[in-house]
Amino acid sequence: MQQQPETLTLGRQREGSPWTGLWAVVAKEMADHLTSVRMLILEALIILTAAGTVYAASQSLRDGFGGDTFLFLKLFTTAREPLPAFVGFLGLLVPLLGIALAFDSVNGEFNQRTISKVLAQPIYRDALLFGKFLAGLGALALTLTSIWLLIVGMGLLRLGVPPTGEEVVRSLWFLLVTIFYGGVWLALAMLFSIVFRQPATAALASLAVWLFFTAFWGIIASLLANLLRPVPLGDPLALIDQVQLELALARISPNTLFTEVALATLNPTVRSLGLVLPIQLHNAVLGTPLPATQSMLLTWPHATGLIAATIVLFALGYVLFQRQEIRA
Amino acid sequence: MDEPVVECRDLTKQYGSLLAVDHLNLTVHKGEIFGLLGPNGAGKTTTILMLLGLTEPTSGSVRVIGLDPARQPLSVKSRVGHLPDQVGFYDGLTARENLSYIAKLNGIRGKEMQDRIRTALDQVGLSDVADRPVRTFSRGMRQRLGVAEVLIKRPQLIIMDEPTLALDPEAVREFLDLIRRLKEDGITIMLSSHLLHQVQAVCDRVGLFHKGRMVLEGTVGELAQRVLGGAYRIHLEADGGTALDEALRCLPDVVQVTRDGARTYHIEARSDLRADVARAVVEAGGRLLALSSDIPRLDEVYTRYFQKEATYAAAA
Ligand SMILES: Nc1ncnc2c1ncn2[C@@H]1O[C@H](COP(=O)(O)OP(=O)(O)O)[C@@H](O)[C@H]1O
Ligand SMILES: [Mg+2]
Repeated sequence: MQQQPETLTLGRQREGSPWTGLWAVVAKEMADHLTSVRMLILEALIILTAAGTVYAASQSLRDGFGGDTFLFLKLFTTAREPLPAFVGFLGLLVPLLGIALAFDSVNGEFNQRTISKVLAQPIYRDALLFGKFLAGLGALALTLTSIWLLIVGMGLLRLGVPPTGEEVVRSLWFLLVTIFYGGVWLALAMLFSIVFRQPATAALASLAVWLFFTAFWGIIASLLANLLRPVPLGDPLALIDQVQLELALARISPNTLFTEVALATLNPTVRSLGLVLPIQLHNAVLGTPLPATQSMLLTWPHATGLIAATIVLFALGYVLFQRQEIRA
Repeated sequence: MDEPVVECRDLTKQYGSLLAVDHLNLTVHKGEIFGLLGPNGAGKTTTILMLLGLTEPTSGSVRVIGLDPARQPLSVKSRVGHLPDQVGFYDGLTARENLSYIAKLNGIRGKEMQDRIRTALDQVGLSDVADRPVRTFSRGMRQRLGVAEVLIKRPQLIIMDEPTLALDPEAVREFLDLIRRLKEDGITIMLSSHLLHQVQAVCDRVGLFHKGRMVLEGTVGELAQRVLGGAYRIHLEADGGTALDEALRCLPDVVQVTRDGARTYHIEARSDLRADVARAVVEAGGRLLALSSDIPRLDEVYTRYFQKEATYAAAA
């Protein structure tokens, strides 16, 4: 890849707004996403998964499993053999969706030789990159929101009871965090689409990162924790230390963050994430649900973590893109 | 006041140790067609990118329509059209959709946009295929669509990089006609090419590039005059014997006369001597069989210039 230290105009007064033309880019990219075959396939896949798992879950719930509270939330989390629960699928499908939306966003313009033409229009590179990101996030949000609505609809039909206000708040918060979770993968794939000239390489690199966090990071985190904080025989404090380190390491993975949010948001009886010492529970009544706001507070750091990761990845891509030589 | 449309002063671009553009001084006036000519790697594209503010100069100054492209990139890019070499399109979209994206990036919307798209398509002769996906276009059509995209913004200056590359001769001819029509509309045009003879016919002035420097600049005639010595080459077929040889050599402005066989003469002259040559043949009692002249070819100018340079360098 050709690179040269130029055009990094940060800090210098530039003419006009960096966002000139942003909405033109967003509109074009959104239209592309919504009509692309690739997105149609993925959306169909997610909708089928949602319909299948939620239908199965509603069947279980009608049969009386799962008690009679928070039935609507249980649509997301109830698994019925042989299918896992819908949230389990989401943890896998949302990254795929994010990656599919962005892995060819920048290098595609280079390969089609449209980049020099677009940048010869009165816009800054900022608008192009951010417009592409916003459009990706918009498409992601649109897909996930329609699935959310689909599930609400299925819940109404199959369970015959509307979701309570509490449940709506919780599931909306979950929807929002899921969008942020997709945003991380979107930003990652976009970064790779700037670094690698070949879309296939960018897609594979993104998938490699995804696989790494999905399959291996948990094991690595526990190995690292074992290595860094060995537990001498019969030292419970050291053990706590080790478990806490392992948890902290595991939370580097967006997958862990997402899973924890899903756990705490969709399951109101979860009062805390991670290690709970008996002393911390001294005036909690076990099994009583937390109010939605408390669960949101509990998962607040996770949500900000996901947003921060997105911003860091996007900023990295931004800097690289600004420095990139544009001749195609 | 004839304000220059493009003005470069000691414009330099360095990539590592390579001087891609070396102290370029260039002025293009309003309404001109200026050709940046030279072989691959001469620095034409780099110059163009600097004119548009897409690459920052290492040193020197550029002014385009009175603006500095590095400081006022948006103003420059909304007034200057750029047709990059091997321009690409969103192949799945139609010509009209491609155009409307470019229009929107330029802040042109609604009815104004529709009007401009229609006019631009008319100008380049693509109205009939406006709603076909660009995927189905021939190279010539794509190149014209590229021009339409440039015309959408109603530019004062159009800069085209290798616009005739990869076009067949017929498409090149059509394309050059299109460029002439644009000039009639008062648009200043700069175009680059390494196929000197293809574009020399449309250029009012040319600059010949070599290794980042503009080694020659002027009208094609002027350059031929300077480098080839004679700008006009006249081919004569006549029966006239040695007397005619003498008579031809004595004509004013003749640089060289060579005879090729018994009755074919090649005359190099500083002005168009066809009438004088004809008279000389008749006066020398010869029989005039054929008379023609050709326009000097820039390729020849270029080659000859570097032969001279080489001999000069060898002698020094
Ligand atoms: N990003 C870059 N890094 C290093 N060298 C470059 C870069 N871009 C162009 N060059 C070099 O600069 C010279 C001029 O290139 P260019 O302006 O593209 O020539 P032309 O358009 O006349 O064919 C060439 O030798 C080319 O290899
Ligand atoms: Mg070039």
